[in-house]
Amino acid sequence: METFQDFLQKWPFERREKGLADAASESIARALAGENLQPKDFLALLSPAALPHLEDMARRARDLTLRYFGRAVQLFTPLYLSDVCTNRCRYCGFNAGNKRKRRHLTVEDAFAEAEAIAGMGLQHIILLTGDARKLSSPEYIASAARRIKPLFASIGIEVYSLTEKEYALMTGSGVDCMTMFQETYTPELYLSLHPAGPKRDYAFRLAAPERAARTGIRALGVGALLGLERFEMDAFATGLHAWWLQRRFPGVDISVSVPRIRPHEGDFETPQEVDDRRFVQYITALRCFLPRVGITCSTRENAFMRDHIVPLGVTRISAGVSTAVGGRASAGSADGQFEIADHRSVREVTADMAKIGYQVVIKDWEDPAETAAC
Amino acid sequence: MSCEAEKTDPLLLGGVALESRLFIGTGKYGADSLIPSVAEASGAQVITVAMRRVEKGQQGITAHIPKTMRLLPNTSGARTAGEAVRLARLARAAGCGDWIKIEVIADSRYLLPDGYQTAKAVEMLVREGFTALPYINPDLYVARDCEQAGAAAIMPLGAPIGTNRGLRTREMIAILIEETDLPIVVDAGIGRPSQACEAMEMGAAACLVNTAIASADDPVRMAAAFGRAVQAGRNAWLAGAGAVKASGDGAEASSPLTGFLR
Amino acid sequence: MNVTINGKTEALPENANLAAILTMYDCQPKTVVMEHNGNIVPMEAFAKTVLCDGDHIEMVHFVGGG
Repeated sequence: METFQDFLQKWPFERREKGLADAASESIARALAGENLQPKDFLALLSPAALPHLEDMARRARDLTLRYFGRAVQLFTPLYLSDVCTNRCRYCGFNAGNKRKRRHLTVEDAFAEAEAIAGMGLQHIILLTGDARKLSSPEYIASAARRIKPLFASIGIEVYSLTEKEYALMTGSGVDCMTMFQETYTPELYLSLHPAGPKRDYAFRLAAPERAARTGIRALGVGALLGLERFEMDAFATGLHAWWLQRRFPGVDISVSVPRIRPHEGDFETPQEVDDRRFVQYITALRCFLPRVGITCSTRENAFMRDHIVPLGVTRISAGVSTAVGGRASAGSADGQFEIADHRSVREVTADMAKIGYQVVIKDWEDPAETAAC
Repeated sequence: MSCEAEKTDPLLLGGVALESRLFIGTGKYGADSLIPSVAEASGAQVITVAMRRVEKGQQGITAHIPKTMRLLPNTSGARTAGEAVRLARLARAAGCGDWIKIEVIADSRYLLPDGYQTAKAVEMLVREGFTALPYINPDLYVARDCEQAGAAAIMPLGAPIGTNRGLRTREMIAILIEETDLPIVVDAGIGRPSQACEAMEMGAAACLVNTAIASADDPVRMAAAFGRAVQAGRNAWLAGAGAVKASGDGAEASSPLTGFLR
Repeated sequence: MNVTINGKTEALPENANLAAILTMYDCQPKTVVMEHNGNIVPMEAFAKTVLCDGDHIEMVHFVGGG
């Protein structure tokens, strides 16, 4: 069976370069008028040649988003379980090389944090940890999920790559959604950005969504960290990944996250800054290429940007966010993974969305088995 | 008639490269002796036949089929997967290869295929080494079942068989083309060359036409028309049609959705 | 002896074989597939396949179809 890595190898840089160079007004207009876009159309929409057509792309993206998602945006929030990490990702605040006070929640600490989140009225939560298999083991993550499950409709994980058996443990413990950030899809760059730690294994991480899908997980998310690789290259690979997963696992909900690098602890220079126009180009191109995928935007973006990109295709945003471990239940907590740019509470986000004519959705789904048990 | 570009675009089916993307049938002709001229005029390389009990004094159709053509026997008459398997084995014993169009129909009023039995038959016949081409209602789940069972192509109907009503199932066929990796051969319902052309423009891999040719006043001329229509549609698909512009589209000074990007 | 051919009972001489049936039906062996009591018989074996009373024969060939 073909893996995504096999498929991605059919799109080497030279082929992508050619597609980008060949993109012209006519192919962009064609991509915007068509219903079933192919990877080459997506590539054309990501090209510099598409930038003058950004308003047309936005119009198309807005129409498609309205058609498939309506005027609704789903809210979620992250819960950081631990910032103890053995990796040395050069762009990350949790980098093992950064001297900082680390914190690791016990399952009961996590429950207290979860109660604080549930108290804000949220039902969709994502659990995050650093990569420290001994301390934050799969069993620990699963225990946390089981402990907080009664408080939430949906539990997602954004943790280090697991084996298929471990993903089965997650789905069996109430986790219904898994997101994996490949960071960059370019293998050489990936190695240079991840000089040490288990995360160095590019292929193991790339195949993680496939392993999770085989355990019957309900939803999968993928994403690259924008700013590491040349914009077009990782933007294209991310969309391709979502497209391939959607075809390979038609029963699974696929979504794409669109994080841009934010300032953080440490001294990493962003190699390939993605400006606002390219960022909006990315979101609208994704929507045109993949009309039915969810697009997730975190508080890495500020309130102004988030309010403007929701109508263009973003379907899931976070609210009431803290990127620090135990940042809500306890005062005086440590620094977060990155500086957040949107500090609005759940109530404020709800009100601001209403101002632009959108309704927030607190609960989009709940495991029917769980519901029946009540 | 065919230019260089067309020669580099074969349809790969069951390990065979076909230059023509029109498949024709042998049913419903006023005189079977027309078939060689029809076949020639159409340019088709694949031709379907059915299998029936021999009646005294009746000759089969084989003598009328050009020797160069690839035979695609169907399992018409089968009402269950088991019956389709039996017919397929008999067809293969005739020594004309292992291609089989799987057709399982238990509804005599509309002649609609039974998706569940068809998928089961694909599974059984692929295990026996057949090149299976299932005839189905364009249902994504049935198509996926057939794909997983090892079908070589999917043959969705455009309209109920023999009706000449055209691509009534257009939207569903478009989904199959988009979602499955197998060639989609539109079968049944195509009544006019323009409809075959439209199916090819949508990205179908081939069309199978029988009634529309056989029931024309001049089947040979109609066969030629279908041959060209299928080719035209295929070329249009490969060429990539230009964008349709709404009459209202044009210069627009303001940018209501992206104006916030200063 | 009586054998059933394509669902109809036919009286045949003793020791008749499949090839004899083809002659009776005026058929070319190349265009016909024969089943003897549910088993497909290869063309080369038509003459060697001797029939018994009560046997079931199916004889099929390709006809027009879509």
